[in-house]
Amino acid sequence: MLSGCSAGLRLLVLRRCVLLSRNVTSGNPGRAAAVDGVLSAFRSICGDDGVSLGETVREQHGKDESVHRCRPPDVVVFPRCVEEVSALAKLCHRHQLPIIPFGTGTGLEGGVGAVKGGVCFSLRNMDQILDLHPEDFDVTVEPGVTRKALNSYLRETGLWFPVDPGADASLCGMAATSASGTNAVRYGTMRENVMNLEVVLADGSVIHTAGRNRRPRKTAAGYNLTNLFVGSEGTLGIITKTTLRLYGVPEEMVSAVCSFSSVQAAVDSTVQILQAGVPIARIEFLDEVMIDACNKFSSLSYPVSPTLFLEFHGSERSLEEQVNTTEDITQSNGGSDFQWARDAETRNRLWKARHDAWYAALAMRPGCKAYATDVCVPLSRLPQIIVETKEDLIESRLTGHIVGHVGDGNFHCLMVMDPSDQDELHRVHLFSQRLARRALAMDGTCTGEHGVGLGKRSLLCEEVGPSVIRVMQSLKDAIDPNNLMNPGKILL
Amino acid sequence: MSGRVLVGVKRVIDYAVKIRVKPDNSGVVTDGVKHSMNPFCEIAVEEAVKLKEKKLIKEVVAVSCGPQQSQETIRTALAMGADRGIHVEVAGKDYETLGPLQVSKIMAALAKKEDAQLIILGKQAIDDDCNQTGQMTAALLDWPQGTFASEVSLDGDKVKVVREIDGGLETIKISTPAVLTADLRLNTPRYATLPNIMKAKKKKIANVKPADLGVDLTSRLEVLKVEEPPQRQAGVKVETVEDLVGKLKETGRI
Repeated sequence: MLSGCSAGLRLLVLRRCVLLSRNVTSGNPGRAAAVDGVLSAFRSICGDDGVSLGETVREQHGKDESVHRCRPPDVVVFPRCVEEVSALAKLCHRHQLPIIPFGTGTGLEGGVGAVKGGVCFSLRNMDQILDLHPEDFDVTVEPGVTRKALNSYLRETGLWFPVDPGADASLCGMAATSASGTNAVRYGTMRENVMNLEVVLADGSVIHTAGRNRRPRKTAAGYNLTNLFVGSEGTLGIITKTTLRLYGVPEEMVSAVCSFSSVQAAVDSTVQILQAGVPIARIEFLDEVMIDACNKFSSLSYPVSPTLFLEFHGSERSLEEQVNTTEDITQSNGGSDFQWARDAETRNRLWKARHDAWYAALAMRPGCKAYATDVCVPLSRLPQIIVETKEDLIESRLTGHIVGHVGDGNFHCLMVMDPSDQDELHRVHLFSQRLARRALAMDGTCTGEHGVGLGKRSLLCEEVGPSVIRVMQSLKDAIDPNNLMNPGKILL
Repeated sequence: MSGRVLVGVKRVIDYAVKIRVKPDNSGVVTDGVKHSMNPFCEIAVEEAVKLKEKKLIKEVVAVSCGPQQSQETIRTALAMGADRGIHVEVAGKDYETLGPLQVSKIMAALAKKEDAQLIILGKQAIDDDCNQTGQMTAALLDWPQGTFASEVSLDGDKVKVVREIDGGLETIKISTPAVLTADLRLNTPRYATLPNIMKAKKKKIANVKPADLGVDLTSRLEVLKVEEPPQRQAGVKVETVEDLVGKLKETGRI
């Protein structure tokens, strides 16, 4: 790694290595002293096992699944209940230490990086599923509960929590990042499905955004604090409980695949399917570059052209109607090779291409890293933005595969890049900026699902404008005046 | 052939729960702990329901032995597609000592009473890991057995079973009536859906006492003590290879 660098760069890298390997803080002697001072107090709250200074533990808690480099905290604490979270937060507040909440570390925007050091609150030991009310379709969970764990718990009740961002993420973490998934087109995102939150604020006080234990299906009571915290990415408080809206498990499922001669035809079909009122559960778009990668990775033989992967949920009779209407629409748009399946094994095989997309992309250039863009535009603008983006990819000589939740107008460009090729990294960065601005110009957003985190703060300013940023900042200042909650994220 | 399949379903502590041993070491904590159907029993129910959907058998009867709460487990089987249930009431001390020998006697008695063509059980329960009930039931009835089944197909009055064994897969053909036990890869159990759960509430669950079946529940086993496995000790970091070799010699490893 050090060979081939200039002498000055080598010195910089060496200094960084030395700083990272020191046991407590790097850079800030004042903070180092503060952390040392509170360690015994931390231990008295969550036990000796509940406080870690270990280098590996801190590194694990300083990064997520994004390309952002690891920014380890000074110490990691493992509270076991909200009372411990509150006590720890009070201490951090008294000593002005940054607080970074950590769920499963599966985020994609560097949201857990401790840019100013501080205390990482790893919430995995708070893993209880509380208060399931099957007749009311709601359940309350702690941050250590992941979505797969919840759905396994619910398996005998006929209920499930459908938001599916791919990773087996913490549900409270999903609330913090306003996560979404492949079936948002039917079931919504976290914004629509979080009914109440228990949050510990920077000063240690504990609030319930909709009132303690409350779980009405709808409310008009006061400011919508629940949705203020949804998507706040740990910058306003630590989410210690979330009350979620549950749905009935689909009676039957049918999956289908269809190829098209052009992106336009595929997206036109999507729009028409939605306009026809088909309650489609998943509608995913893969471009020909992505399909080619999937064919190679999973030994499949899909036609190498723009493809839609579809999933339908419902009763046997309604499924027949849904599939027929959809097939008519795809045919009228020149779609071919329409295959569909009902039994679990064939459905999984049909969708395998989509499931393995990330790994298929990585496999196209072994040794490289992958980065996913995340723009979202109104449906009608989707064909244009995808076509322009593909042209940009070719012009910029980049390897990019397009995978989209087209039902929401959201698509990801999976870029595979050589981490040692500075020029390529730079081109990827510029490309992503252009893509985000393209989406903004089309009345869209720079992030449909992944959040702002570290890398999209300037884009957020462009997206909402300075007056809105002022309002967001004033909310942040009101709720967290000392900027202790996950500093350096969302707002510059 | 009656076309009737008996499926045994056991209520166990849910697989995702962290098990804790009671302070008096007499057993594990079960009060207030989430219970659900044994995963291998789910696979057994799914196989039986699949056979019925293919019209190879006529009726699926779910059987569970235990206290009142076992009825919930039977309801889950009904929601997956079983037609009716039989709850064999075993409670208190009898339930604490209930094991494969007593359950197999109960299953054998029920099989005769219900004129069953097939009994499908999970290969083992995740609480005791005994892996005995299917085999004992077959022996008591003097029926053939197809255990660790990863594939089952009916062919007239014979059953072809592909079994998972140490060396790979073994295919056998046995005549009915027979006992099968389900292994992991036999199928993927369906989720209960809300409409099916509602329908299941109307299906019948008969109550039976072991005495009515002429079964003696006395156990020949007595649990003396239950302990947690030893806690994992922290490792020791050494500075040099010489230190490592020294430590390995010290502890008699080399």
